[in-house]
Amino acid sequence: MTGPSGARDPGLQPERTRLAWRRTTLACTVAAVLAARTTLHGGPTTIGVVACALCFLAWLGFLALAHRRIRALAGAPPAPLTPRHAVAAAACTLALAAFAAAVVL
Amino acid sequence: MIEFVRNLRLWFVPQAIREEGRTPDYRFSLANERTFLAWLRTALALIGGGFAVDQFLPDLRWAWRVGLALALLAAGVLCSLRAVNHWVRCERAMRRGEDLPVSRFPALLSLAVAVVAVAMVVVVLVGWEG
Repeated sequence: MTGPSGARDPGLQPERTRLAWRRTTLACTVAAVLAARTTLHGGPTTIGVVACALCFLAWLGFLALAHRRIRALAGAPPAPLTPRHAVAAAACTLALAAFAAAVVL
Repeated sequence: MIEFVRNLRLWFVPQAIREEGRTPDYRFSLANERTFLAWLRTALALIGGGFAVDQFLPDLRWAWRVGLALALLAAGVLCSLRAVNHWVRCERAMRRGEDLPVSRFPALLSLAVAVVAVAMVVVVLVGWEG
């Protein structure tokens, strides 16, 4: 992937960062799928289904953040990660953990 | 702890970080970002581990099963909070040209994971099933 200026970073830093976002999205997907499995296992309850739906909402939020970040990385030079973006990504993970606790209980 | 509260300001006032020092080489910022994402993955793996304990040890007594699962989920929460806090600290250190911050969190996390792992082995081997 080369930027508009044609300069290519020999360390492939933007590509590595892009793949790191992809890996993290994948990990998030696995966690969300496990949430669904836990909910469906042993008869879904109302609280379980609501918590599971919120888990998927957090997953969707992370997906959107990753997508936006990957697009920002395509620039030359790539735009830096903003603190707000980082906090939002961590908040999605946090929300996933909180709703996971609700699913498990 | 006081340092943590001071960092909280940087979480929610993103402009504040740009007021200090000089913008580092974007490659350093991207490396910091990847470290942040690696910590988020660790947090997600701990969350996944919490689900796994709940799902794949069904014979365990309820209190043990939910206790271990909640311990792993709590570790995931701490890990994601720490991820963003450490990212902010590293970013600021790079801007100011200071040494990168040191942290005892990795040691504490590995100890916690080791304790949970030993507890799981003991619980499964000894068979304190309900």
